[in-house]
Amino acid sequence: MYRYDEFDHELVHERVAQFRDQVGRRLKGELTEDEFKPLRLMNGLYLQLHAYMLRVAIPYGTLSSRQLHKLAEIGRVYDKGYGHFTTRQNLQFNWPKLKDVPDLLADLATVEMHAIQTSGNCIRNVTSDQYAGVAQDEIEDPRIISEVIRQWSTFHPEFSYLPRKFKIAVCATPDDRAAIRVHDIGIQVVRNASGEVGYEIYVGGGLGRTPMIGKKLNDFVPKADILAYLESVMRVYNMHGRRDNMYKARIKILVHEIGAEEMRRQVDAEFAEVKKAGHLELPMAELERIQAYFAAPEYETLPEVSPEFEAAKKADKDFANWVRANTAPHRVPGYAIVNISLKPNGGTPGDCSSDQMDVVADAAEKYSLGEIRVTHEQNLTLANVKQSDLHALYQMLEANGLGTSNIGLITDQIACPGLDYCALANARSIPIAQQISERFQDLERQHHIGELKINTSGCINACGHHHVGHIGILGVDKKGVEYYQVTLGGAADQQTAVGDIVGPAFTEGEIVDAIETIVETYIDLRKDGERFIDTYRRVGVDPFKETLYATH
Amino acid sequence: MAQHSRKGAKFQAVTASLLVEGLVVYLTANGDWSESLQDAAVAEGKEEGDALLARADAAVASNLVVEPYLFEVEPVEGGINASSVREQIRKAGPTVRLDLGKQAELG
Amino acid sequence: MQLIKKGEFVSDSFATVEDDAELPEGSIIVSLERWQAERDSLSERNTPLGVRLKSGQEPSVIADDLDKFAVVALEFPAYRNGRAYSYARLLRERYGYKGEIRAVGNVLRDQFQYMIRVGFDALEVADNITPDIYKRAVGTFTHAYQPGADGSVSVFSLRHR
Repeated sequence: MYRYDEFDHELVHERVAQFRDQVGRRLKGELTEDEFKPLRLMNGLYLQLHAYMLRVAIPYGTLSSRQLHKLAEIGRVYDKGYGHFTTRQNLQFNWPKLKDVPDLLADLATVEMHAIQTSGNCIRNVTSDQYAGVAQDEIEDPRIISEVIRQWSTFHPEFSYLPRKFKIAVCATPDDRAAIRVHDIGIQVVRNASGEVGYEIYVGGGLGRTPMIGKKLNDFVPKADILAYLESVMRVYNMHGRRDNMYKARIKILVHEIGAEEMRRQVDAEFAEVKKAGHLELPMAELERIQAYFAAPEYETLPEVSPEFEAAKKADKDFANWVRANTAPHRVPGYAIVNISLKPNGGTPGDCSSDQMDVVADAAEKYSLGEIRVTHEQNLTLANVKQSDLHALYQMLEANGLGTSNIGLITDQIACPGLDYCALANARSIPIAQQISERFQDLERQHHIGELKINTSGCINACGHHHVGHIGILGVDKKGVEYYQVTLGGAADQQTAVGDIVGPAFTEGEIVDAIETIVETYIDLRKDGERFIDTYRRVGVDPFKETLYATH
Repeated sequence: MAQHSRKGAKFQAVTASLLVEGLVVYLTANGDWSESLQDAAVAEGKEEGDALLARADAAVASNLVVEPYLFEVEPVEGGINASSVREQIRKAGPTVRLDLGKQAELG
Repeated sequence: MQLIKKGEFVSDSFATVEDDAELPEGSIIVSLERWQAERDSLSERNTPLGVRLKSGQEPSVIADDLDKFAVVALEFPAYRNGRAYSYARLLRERYGYKGEIRAVGNVLRDQFQYMIRVGFDALEVADNITPDIYKRAVGTFTHAYQPGADGSVSVFSLRHR
C-alpha cells in the first residue's frame, strides 16, 4: 500500500498544527461557534446528538495492521472503546472531546492518517473497490488512480469552497463494488481498443433527497489527462453549480438542469483549454512512483485446491457456511479473499470494538500481508489469505465475535447511525437493522432467501444508501414519532437503479413484519435461480403492494 | 436543523452542548447547566420559553455552551420527560448502547 | 478594512466607486455594470482603473478588456462561496492577466493561502489581521500537491526534480 514520503508527512503535520491553532482560538474565545464550525467541519469534526463525532479518513478503504491497531488505541484513549465504519469506507469516533482532538490527530499522523476533507464542501475522501488488486477480472489496481486523486484533491486551493460536498469513487472491474454511478464523479478503469488503460467518467450521480444516476460524460480519458479532466469537471461545477439553495447545490442538479449534453460540451471546452495550458498533465514518473506501492506481492505457488482446507470444510459445518458466504475467489490459485462481517446477529452494522480492531489487525498481520480494507457495505476485507490458513483465521475471528457468516445475505445490512447518534436524523436506523437481523437469523433461511441487500437511512440525506438497497428503508419523523418508508428495486451495481416507494410508511412496530411480507412475496414469485432483485425487475412493485397493504 | 419544539408546545426546557466536551446539558432555574434533564428549568408558554432561551446567551458568549435551543417537555410522575424521541435519546444516550451516555453515567 | 498587497500592508490607492456616485479624480474601481455602460468615458481617463466582479460575473466577459485594468477585484459575498477562486485562476492562467487581482468581501484568514495560490496578490482583510497573523496564515502549508497560479510548484513535480 501507499506510504507517505516527506511531503505527505509534512502536509499532515502542518494540518495538525493548523487545527490545533484553530481549536486553541476557539477555546480561548477568539473564534465564535459560527466562525469555528466551518473550520472544524473541514476536519471531519461534527457536533452530534450526544457529543462530538470525528470522522477519520481511510483513503479508498485501505488500512495497514499498524494503522488499525492505532485506531483501536485511539478508541480506548479518546473514545469509549469502539468505532463505526461508514458507507464511505471511513471510521467515526462518537465521543471525543474537543480539547482532545488535536492530540488525537497528532496520534493519527504517526501512522499516516488524518481527518482531512472528511466533511465540508470540498472533494471528500475518495472511495474504491475492497477487492482492489485481487479481483479476477480487474483491469488495473484502482487504488493507483485513487491515490493520485487523494493527493491532487487534498487542500486543492480552487476547490475547497465548492457549492456542496463532492464524492469521487473508482472501480476497475465490470462488477461495480464501489457504487460509482451514485457518486458526483464515478471513474471506471477501462482498456480501449488499442489496449491502453484509461478512464470512463460518470458525472452527476448521488443519493440524498434527489437521487440521480450518474451520466456517462466520457468513454475514455487517457491516464496522463485524468487530472486535467477532473479539474475541468470541477471548474464547471465550481463556477456554475447553484449556491442559492443547498438542496440544489450538488453537481447532480447542475447536470440535471442543463442536461448531460450541455454538461459534456462545457467540460470538453474547459478540458481543451486546460490541456492547452499543459501544466496539469500527470507526470508519468509520479504515476509510476505511486503505482510501485501497489505492485502485487510475491505470492507463493500453491495448488488450486488445498487438501487441509477441503478437510476442514467437511469437518466443521460452521466453517463451511462461513466460507460459502464470506469468501470470494482470488486471482491467484490457492488464495482467497475473506470478508469479515460487521453485522453480527442483533449488532450495530459497522460498529467494531477496539478489541476487535486489534484482533482483525493481528489476523491481517498473520494471514493477509498486514493489510485490511473497509467496504462501503460496512464490512472489512482481508484480501490475501491462503486457503490453507482459512480455518485458523475463521477460528480466530469467530472467537472474537467476528465470525458471522452472512456476507451478501439479508442480515448483511447497511445502516447509518440514525437518531441514536446523529443530529440530522429523523428516526433511528440501527434498531430496525437489529430487529431484522434477529428475525432472519436462521442461516438456512438466509441462504434460502439468497442475495438481498437491505439498506436503512435515518433521514433523507441517505447515508444508509436506502435508495439503492434492494429493499430500502427510510426513517421519517411524524410529529416526534418515527415512521419507516419502504422502497424496492434499488441497486448500486453496474445496473444501478433508484428504488420505488412501495406505499405509505410503517411504524416501528410494523416495519419488520412488512419486510418479512416482502421477502415471502418474493419467495412465492421467484423463478429458479432468481435473486430478489431479478424477481423485482421482472414483476415490478405491484405484487408487493398487494401483499403488503392487503395484510395491514 | 430539525424542528426541535412543536409549535404550541405547552412546556419547554432549554438544552445545549458543552463546548469543551460536547456533552448534552440543560439550563437550570438558577442559570447553571446540568447534565440531567431532571434539573432543567421548565417554561410554560411561548413568552416564558423565549425568556428562558434568552438566559442561555451569557453561556454562549462565555463559550461554555454551544447551540442552545428550546424543546418540548411534559410533566411525568416524579419529574419531567422530553416529548420527542430525539430528545429522549439525547437525555439518555443511544438506545442501542445502554451501557453508554447519561443512562449509564447518571444512574 | 485594510489592504495587503504582495504581502505588504499598504494604503489603498484606489477608490471603490458606487454605481450612482460621481467619479472622483485618481485611481478608481468600478462595477462591471458601470464599466459596460461607460466604457468609452472610463477608457479616456488617464488614471489607473479597476473593475469589480460579483460572484456570477465570469472573467470571460472582460477577457478582451484586461489591458485596460490595473486591478480586477473579485467579490466573496460569503466565505463559503468559492467561485472567485476559479475566476482568479482563469484570469492568471487562461487570460494571462498580470495586474492586481484583489480579493474583497468575506475574506477570512484561514483562506489567505488558498487565495494566494490561485492567483490573488491583494487581499482586503478585516482590521484585526496583523502582519504576524498574515504571515502565519500564508505559511500554514509549505508545499501543495497542485501547481499554483502564483508560480508555486506541485509536490508531484518536486518529487522528480
